[in-house]
Amino acid sequence: MSSLLSVRNLSVAFPTQNGWFQAVEGIHLEVNAGDILAIVGESGSGKSVAMMAVMNLLPPTARITCDELKIDDHDLLAMPAKQRRKLNGGTVAMIFQEPMSSLNPCFTVGYQIDESIRIHLGGSKKERTERVLHLLEIVGIPDPKRRYQAYPHQMSGGMSQRAMIAMALAANPKLLIADEPTTALDVTVQAQILELLLKLQQTQGMGLILITHDMGVVAETAQQVVVQYAGQQVEKQPVFGLFNQPHHPYTAALLDALPERAPAGDFLPTIHGIVPGQKDRPTGCLFSPRCTHAQALCHEQQPALVRHSEQWLRCHFPLNLTEVRHHG
Amino acid sequence: MFKFILSKIILLIPTFLGITLAAFLFVRLLPGDPVTILSGERGISPERRAEMIAQLGLDKPVIVQYFTYLKNILQGDFGQSISTHRPVVEEFFERLPATMELAFFAILIAVLIGVPAGIIAAVKRGRWPDHVLMGSALTGYSMPIFWWGLLLIMLFSTTLGWTPVSGRLDIINYYFDPVTGFMTVDAWLSGQEGAVTSALHHLILPSVVLSTIPMAVIARQTRSAMLEVLGEDYIRTAYAKGLPTWRVIGIHALRNAMITVVTVIGLQVGTLMAGAVLTETIFSWPGVGKWMIDAISHRDYPAVQGGLLFISMLVMLVNLIVDLMYGWINPRVRDGK
Repeated sequence: MSSLLSVRNLSVAFPTQNGWFQAVEGIHLEVNAGDILAIVGESGSGKSVAMMAVMNLLPPTARITCDELKIDDHDLLAMPAKQRRKLNGGTVAMIFQEPMSSLNPCFTVGYQIDESIRIHLGGSKKERTERVLHLLEIVGIPDPKRRYQAYPHQMSGGMSQRAMIAMALAANPKLLIADEPTTALDVTVQAQILELLLKLQQTQGMGLILITHDMGVVAETAQQVVVQYAGQQVEKQPVFGLFNQPHHPYTAALLDALPERAPAGDFLPTIHGIVPGQKDRPTGCLFSPRCTHAQALCHEQQPALVRHSEQWLRCHFPLNLTEVRHHG
Repeated sequence: MFKFILSKIILLIPTFLGITLAAFLFVRLLPGDPVTILSGERGISPERRAEMIAQLGLDKPVIVQYFTYLKNILQGDFGQSISTHRPVVEEFFERLPATMELAFFAILIAVLIGVPAGIIAAVKRGRWPDHVLMGSALTGYSMPIFWWGLLLIMLFSTTLGWTPVSGRLDIINYYFDPVTGFMTVDAWLSGQEGAVTSALHHLILPSVVLSTIPMAVIARQTRSAMLEVLGEDYIRTAYAKGLPTWRVIGIHALRNAMITVVTVIGLQVGTLMAGAVLTETIFSWPGVGKWMIDAISHRDYPAVQGGLLFISMLVMLVNLIVDLMYGWINPRVRDGK
């Protein structure tokens, strides 16, 4: 069976006053039906941009390059933009970080969900309304009939995100991309939304890509994890391996900084320095200035993203690998 | 909703009082007075002059005159025109339909061209359609109305002979009694063949002239409102849903952009009234604008005061309607937020 989403060597650059800014560099992804893939990384590590490139949601000025981009056997690179748009919402749906501003303030929630159904599934007004009410119910919105008529400003953040999820599910997508779906929400609501997403992912048998910077969420939900740093994919592993034997020093440092893993009674370990910007990108490995394991080679030469059986890795001197390989 | 309307109406009262005072003082600040103009070039005896001044009540202190005027207004008496001796209300509302017809077509043209132009400019931001449209808008906005009107008359009426120079109807071929005062409607009601065409024919050039400034303003405001809206998260959501581009721009973005644009359109009514004064003069359009000009040159105090008052009330009324529409377009206003 071929995979639901297959991305080979995806890069995205934006034009700026000082030339091109490489927001995403060389990403490889594969998601099968029923899989949950988590993409973790700091703010600005290109997680969202990469997924928006997949959805073709970036501004036309963005320069997107890719060796392969397939969703559900549709070759997106060979498709005209108009046709590609039709896959959005139907085959692959996306929900966003800010549920409150992601809903159009001028239309009722019901109308906005109905619109998705109308575009992708069609049907009579009555059938569609029934489906909207059903969707509102399965995402756990109480009193769907009343909420159908509600405007976004009349709903809380959690309710809005539930409505966004209902909208995303409207046309039975095979893949759902959730871009930090809980970041803007209350802590108590975060868990509920996450639980809802996982439940729906299982009952609908969707593939799910979860963009997050919460390692706790990753540990609880994902099967595969991609770690992004400064636009680059630095590691990809199954979740168990990633948490137990991280290969990339960045991943290891991230895990060390988790409060539940840090030694009690001391300051939390941190990663010194900051993510390089557009102007101070190092010539070698992008993480080398902050890496405690860095050697001369790391400062001179960028490591390539290479495959180690089920894992992808971008490091000259990986940790926890019996066999250390050099690539140049 | 009722409270919303009520609060808006209550706000109109102080505005109304302010306008009566402004109109009252404004006409008296003009050099000259009605009696001098009435008495003509040869002049009259000082006794007769004093008598006429007393007749018009202009011999009393200004403050007394004002409160007398205010008292009369509150009783529904807006006074008589000094030059025609007819009630100001009658004179004004007789001519109002002509102005409203002109203003209506002007705003129609302004919206029908201005809004799409603004949308196109926003979508093609920074590329040639944007530059061409916004350049034209700036030119239109900067052009003096009377000059622009004369240019169009020279081109379309004199050189090309496509449109009539003045008036509202070809009165040699058509005649009918006014029913609504709107020439296009009356022509249609009269059933005379070709009358509607003739009315539209006369209407087109003045409407275009009057629409120019509002059109430019509407186009520019639509563009900036659209640009702001197109960067919103919900536009990204609309694209992520797989909606076709026309739907995202024409429905999701436009509906939000219209919130600001409708306010701007409402504010243009004032501009339209000011423009109508010039346009009606150029095209000899028998509306309130031309009537006001005549009243001002006769120093016809009651007529000018009444005219200013009615026009301001009209502008306030339209803005009230716009405020109500605002609530209809923007759901967030409805809850009183």
